[in-house]
Amino acid sequence: MGKILMKGNEAIGEAAIRAGCLNYFAYPITPQSEVAEYLSHRMPEVGGVFLQGESEIAVGNMLFGAAGCGARVFTTSSSPGISLMSEAISYISSAQCPVVFVNIVRGGPGLGGILPSQADYFQATKGGGHGDYRLLVMAPASVQEAVEMVMKAFPLAEKYRNPVMILGDGLIGQMMEPVEFPEHLKSEPSNKDDWATNGMDTRKSNKPNLVKSLFLNAELLEEHNILLKAKYDRMKQEEVRYESYNVDTDYQALIVSFGTMSRVCRTVIDNLKTQGFETAMIRPQTLFPFPEEPIKQAALKESCKVVFSIELNMGQMVEDVERSVQGNRPVHWYGKAGGDVPTPEEVIEVIKSFF
Amino acid sequence: MAKTFKKPQALSDQPTHYCPGCTHGIIHRLVAEVIDELGIRGRTVGIAPVGCAVLAYNYFTFDFQEAAHGRAPAMATGIKRVRPDLIVFTYQGDGDLASIGMGEIIHAANRGEKFTTIFVNNTVYGMTGGQMAPTTLQGQRTTTSPAGRNVEEVGMPVKMAELISALETPAYVTRQTVLKPKYVVRAKKAIKKAFQYQLEGRCFSLVELVSTCPTNWGLTPVEAIKWAEDNMLPYFKLGEYKTPDTVEED
Repeated sequence: MGKILMKGNEAIGEAAIRAGCLNYFAYPITPQSEVAEYLSHRMPEVGGVFLQGESEIAVGNMLFGAAGCGARVFTTSSSPGISLMSEAISYISSAQCPVVFVNIVRGGPGLGGILPSQADYFQATKGGGHGDYRLLVMAPASVQEAVEMVMKAFPLAEKYRNPVMILGDGLIGQMMEPVEFPEHLKSEPSNKDDWATNGMDTRKSNKPNLVKSLFLNAELLEEHNILLKAKYDRMKQEEVRYESYNVDTDYQALIVSFGTMSRVCRTVIDNLKTQGFETAMIRPQTLFPFPEEPIKQAALKESCKVVFSIELNMGQMVEDVERSVQGNRPVHWYGKAGGDVPTPEEVIEVIKSFF
Repeated sequence: MAKTFKKPQALSDQPTHYCPGCTHGIIHRLVAEVIDELGIRGRTVGIAPVGCAVLAYNYFTFDFQEAAHGRAPAMATGIKRVRPDLIVFTYQGDGDLASIGMGEIIHAANRGEKFTTIFVNNTVYGMTGGQMAPTTLQGQRTTTSPAGRNVEEVGMPVKMAELISALETPAYVTRQTVLKPKYVVRAKKAIKKAFQYQLEGRCFSLVELVSTCPTNWGLTPVEAIKWAEDNMLPYFKLGEYKTPDTVEED
């Protein structure tokens, strides 16, 4: 199969089907409603389940039920919808069910706006719901990458028995780009007989399975949280993904940027190069786990004087960049949070103002 | 000599944490008997609510999931949609179902999700210490309505069986009780019908059960039964509100 031109939201829906996920529950919200529209006819075609829930609160708990009984399941939503699903995300994380969430982020807080935004960085990486939990968070910078990340998300969710979130934005969802679907990323669902409520007859067992998050005994809850933490620590060891750009030069400034914003930063780096000024970029592809060590090493390069965290928000990832750089270089934030994506010229002006 | 009375296989050996005189124990047993009689233990999934029955999974011997407060019908929807062959029931109290979970139960019922809801109505939030519920009776004292439920401020108690019956889709809606042996027999019949309809893939069903909470009512178990008969039954009227058969007749 060759490349086809496809809208990001529809490509995300198709990618899930090709990853073997035939169960989708969702509630409409701009700027991602096209996923539900697309899957409302695609899921029946492939014998899958499509259900429009009455709210994101209900959808989150439908996903919990479906994943709890062993099904591969996903949803797509946007910022305010993810806030409502955060109740379920906390429970799903504790009960260790694999669910894939796609957040096509819009501006906030509150109803905010429907233009591209990265204002849900904190919500995605620091836990939008209650309790000690982490999501594995991936951030695509193109429709093609969104497809690949969605397809990788299911095996990762099952490997860790943990929710995985794809953090896109309105541009990724609404933009049409050429995509090629990898044919062989399809993975078989993992064996869930040890824990899922798939029915004792199904797994030929006489031992009931229980999917829960309540631990009234202090020692048992402590033990449970230690187990969850070990899982998050393992993600930090094994799942960090990032892309480097122009790092082989004697760059004077390092940019850290992800998703749509990183595409602008690429142009910034190219344009500055023609002016004889070298800059480089680390683009986190996973926001949790965060590429702390690669950022630190890139910042420590002798030629590098300053680090920029450039984001479509009022300064969220910058805290993780500061944490990574550990005071070895000054770290500055630049961004916009109304829905306008900064132009290369605006970013260049900001960078140059430090030299 | 053969045993004529024994514990259902679907019930575990664990003693329950329920208070003396609480009707959860009877209702658990009825559900377990029905599951045994229908031979569906190996493909049943129960959904435990938030409330006194949150630990219900300790007392049954089949798969269970524990829902967030009020969300059991959404969770059951998720399971039933992806695994229609499983037999799914939610077990919910009045705070869980009629207050925080009102949206989820109404929409699940209206979509005609093919699972069964066992709704235990004892007019209070039991687990959190007897606070006022949507089903608390007019003038009834609770820890958050110390002067009695003032309907001028908070409205009349919600009649869930009637409310669900007003929807076009749900087909089996009934209100029963377990206050006396004759009622227990009828309640079991209703629970069995509800599971049978699900087995046949026919409809969503709601079995409301008028129940007691002696601890939070400040009554002895015997007084609690009398109080429920005198005060609850006149308001929460027993009966079959809707059955698939009457729907077909219409």
